[in-house]
Amino acid sequence: MRYLPKSQSDREIMLHEIGAKSIDDLFAAIPAEYRLKGDLKIPRQYAESEIVEFFRQRAANSAQGYATFLGAGAYSHYRPVVIDALISRGEFFTAYTPYQPEIAQGTLQSIFEFQSMICELTGMDVANASMYDGSTGAAEALMMAARITGRSKGAVAATVHPEYREVITTYTRYQGMPIATFSYAKNGRVDLDTLDMAIDDDTAGVLIQSPNFFGTLEDIAAIADIVHSKGALLIVSIAEAVSLGIVKPPAQADIVSMEAQSFGVPLGFGGPYCGVIATHDKFVRQMPGRLVGETRDRNGKRGFVLTLSTREQHIRREKATSNICTNQALVALMCSIFMTVYGREGLKELATHNLAKAHYAAEQFKKAGATLLFEGAPRFNEFVVQTKTDPYAINDKLLGQQIIGGFPLKKFYPELQNASLWCCTETTAKASIDAAAKEVGL
Amino acid sequence: MNLNEKIRKATTHISQNEGLIFEKSSPGKKGYKLPPLDVPEVDPSQLLGGQAREDLGEMPEVSEIEIIRHYTRLSTWNYAVDHGMYPLGSCTMKYNPRVNEYVARLMGLAEAHPYQPERVSQGALRILKMLSEQLVEITGMDAITLQPAAGAHGELTGILMVRAYLESRGNPRKKILIPDSAHGTNPATAAMSGYTVENLKSNAAGMVDIASLEAQVNADVAALMLTNPNTLGVFEQEIHKIADVLHAKGALLYMDGANMNALVGKVRPGDFGTDVLHLNLHKTFSTPHGGGGPGSGPVACKKILEPFLPAPVVISKKDGTLGFDYNRPKSIGRVRMFYGNFGMHIRALAYIMANGPDGLRQTTEDAVLNANYIRKKLEGVYDLPYSTPTMHEVVFSDRIQSSKGLKTGDIAKRLIDYGFHPYTVSFPLVVHGALMIEPTESESKEELDQFIDAMKAIAEEAQQHPEIIASAPHNTRISRLDETTAARKPVLRWKPQSEAVAK
Repeated sequence: MRYLPKSQSDREIMLHEIGAKSIDDLFAAIPAEYRLKGDLKIPRQYAESEIVEFFRQRAANSAQGYATFLGAGAYSHYRPVVIDALISRGEFFTAYTPYQPEIAQGTLQSIFEFQSMICELTGMDVANASMYDGSTGAAEALMMAARITGRSKGAVAATVHPEYREVITTYTRYQGMPIATFSYAKNGRVDLDTLDMAIDDDTAGVLIQSPNFFGTLEDIAAIADIVHSKGALLIVSIAEAVSLGIVKPPAQADIVSMEAQSFGVPLGFGGPYCGVIATHDKFVRQMPGRLVGETRDRNGKRGFVLTLSTREQHIRREKATSNICTNQALVALMCSIFMTVYGREGLKELATHNLAKAHYAAEQFKKAGATLLFEGAPRFNEFVVQTKTDPYAINDKLLGQQIIGGFPLKKFYPELQNASLWCCTETTAKASIDAAAKEVGL
Repeated sequence: MNLNEKIRKATTHISQNEGLIFEKSSPGKKGYKLPPLDVPEVDPSQLLGGQAREDLGEMPEVSEIEIIRHYTRLSTWNYAVDHGMYPLGSCTMKYNPRVNEYVARLMGLAEAHPYQPERVSQGALRILKMLSEQLVEITGMDAITLQPAAGAHGELTGILMVRAYLESRGNPRKKILIPDSAHGTNPATAAMSGYTVENLKSNAAGMVDIASLEAQVNADVAALMLTNPNTLGVFEQEIHKIADVLHAKGALLYMDGANMNALVGKVRPGDFGTDVLHLNLHKTFSTPHGGGGPGSGPVACKKILEPFLPAPVVISKKDGTLGFDYNRPKSIGRVRMFYGNFGMHIRALAYIMANGPDGLRQTTEDAVLNANYIRKKLEGVYDLPYSTPTMHEVVFSDRIQSSKGLKTGDIAKRLIDYGFHPYTVSFPLVVHGALMIEPTESESKEELDQFIDAMKAIAEEAQQHPEIIASAPHNTRISRLDETTAARKPVLRWKPQSEAVAK
């Protein structure tokens, strides 16, 4: 086996030194009746060339090279080549969690920079080293709000990604944390009356998403007024991180829960992605997840270290803020490199391209005869159209042109028959938009 | 003295200094170029109104070469498996095969959108299906979910499934039993699942004490969370009795599969009474740790728990194609959006294929051989608190060195000077001053011998020059950091000089 650095004679010498007659002696603790007598029933050893060929075939059978109008929580952005060049350095990807700071400063400094950039973009004081993803991050943010306020309920907008909401249901069900839902208005934004009704004196946190699942920007200031007047915390989830290049950060939020996949992370059929929670200084001790802080060594030299770990499971055990241990460090590094490549000007320019493409597409679809839903509120790079025919039928036709159409919404919103959610990023070609417009209008 | 002739594996060399990326930034530098816009330009303030953002504050502005140098320089400050032995007990720092990285980046797989139609996703679905089937075979269980994103996430999934199952039988029960040697994630998971935690003491051999187990298991106990081999590296020899005691009282056996790398190809948890377990693909199945993630924590279970698996699950449809089944009325629901860390699933499958049944078995045997070799060579040099046979890892204590005022953490820091990553320090908690060593199968005899020599040299230094160890490491970029101030006055983000001074 080519990954094993031992000859048979090495093994024999070592067994001899140990004083074992055969390798079986070292497995004697396992009761004989349970020991496997033969091989596991899995395929034989493959050569590297066979492995590559196997996965090439699977890749060729996964819509390789198709243009896509899908967003809905996972966004197709261009990934600068330097990202993979850098994260492929073994010093990054074959290292462990930086528990030994003297020989992990590379990972630690890069996480500190990640935290700093996320703060800069979200307008928050402090961000953690990452969460699994946006969905679990949103659930953990609600639980964090409960710890901060000492209240026990949550409220979640119907315009939050439906799969985030499913995860929240799973997470909160056994924590004694009932979750109320509030609906959306004609313009696709949170309906402020139902929001008001969903909050009571025991509501700890209110979760909204902006841009929301329909691509619409929420009126965060108006929502915050209502939430704060009732003593609850406002949690803003951001699923499309590139929006922060051109959309004001949610300054009125108490907690921001982000999915940073858009920052240079491959779509990869849904993962790994990169969640992150950001908040105000005063709430930091209730945050879940790892945090890196700056400090000095014995000679006064600047260095970085994992800190405030008394919140975490390896110290606090059942009283920890979360059970999270492994997070998404390498993916956070991808995001950091992406944010560094585009930087202050580039993120804005990139976001503006997204805005322009989606605006053009919405206009073309409208001209072609489709109805644009939720007009009257600003959008980023996604929009909802209502078509005369079933969106699945439209998508079938587009698939023949190697174009993956928008996301049919009736799966999650039965009231939105024939409506679908379309996303355009900087990678969407005008030609694809024009081709799609023809089918959408029919 | 600090750099002595016994330090064979490492020497010092010039290492580049590098500031924070913000400190290299200046207006107008660029690391990107967008293509010309092929649609009409828009005015953001017109489209977004008051929500248009004017400024991105202190986000860096740097060129591509500076980015490459910045992260390359940072990378050289890390120790990694690619440098050498990384004997972190319980973490399983094994070789991360490069072909895994290559295939995970193939365009069709890396660019597949999770919501693209199933009929154009057959390749990705096939990978999920194959990995599921092979992990089921390897664990001897009946069904599996690949959705959890990491080990602790898998624990949560597994315990919620236990809860849902017990609830379906009328009573979710109240407690989870957890041995005192367990990972911190176990009690934290039990709490997140709405259970209280009851500690289970180990016996003198470091194993579950059957008598105390029998006394503690009652109608309030939902499950026992057991790591096997446990964190002492000890296989629970009476595992089936443990399962029987639990099952007799209607409780379930949850196995924390963190140490599954000691068992693969030799014994299957499903055969010795496990009802549900999680795997860490980033431990046993070689997906990289990445400086702290991403991981992947599939959960395998027996038939009785299958209806409660998170939705969706991959199924073969009537027409022979693969698809997702969302119609799972008893499911605990989702634990993550989409289908889990698919990129890690690809890597784990590539690893299993590269090994085959013979390779996986040999891998396990070598991991156990390496740990026992270290144990044999260091026994007596370091105190071995449990004489019970160990498998893939061995736990010593600092009892001998503590007479000179040295702790396990000091010895660990000195090991850095010798060119090794430290072992796991002060865990498991059942051993005072623990040195938890897990070599994995990826170490050659030469590397192990160097490690053993280093540990012996440090033990000698402990007797003659304890001050060298107490102040180690001496040869790193930075010395020991002030962690107390870091926690008391946390500085968790960079701020511009002027602002930082003002504060």
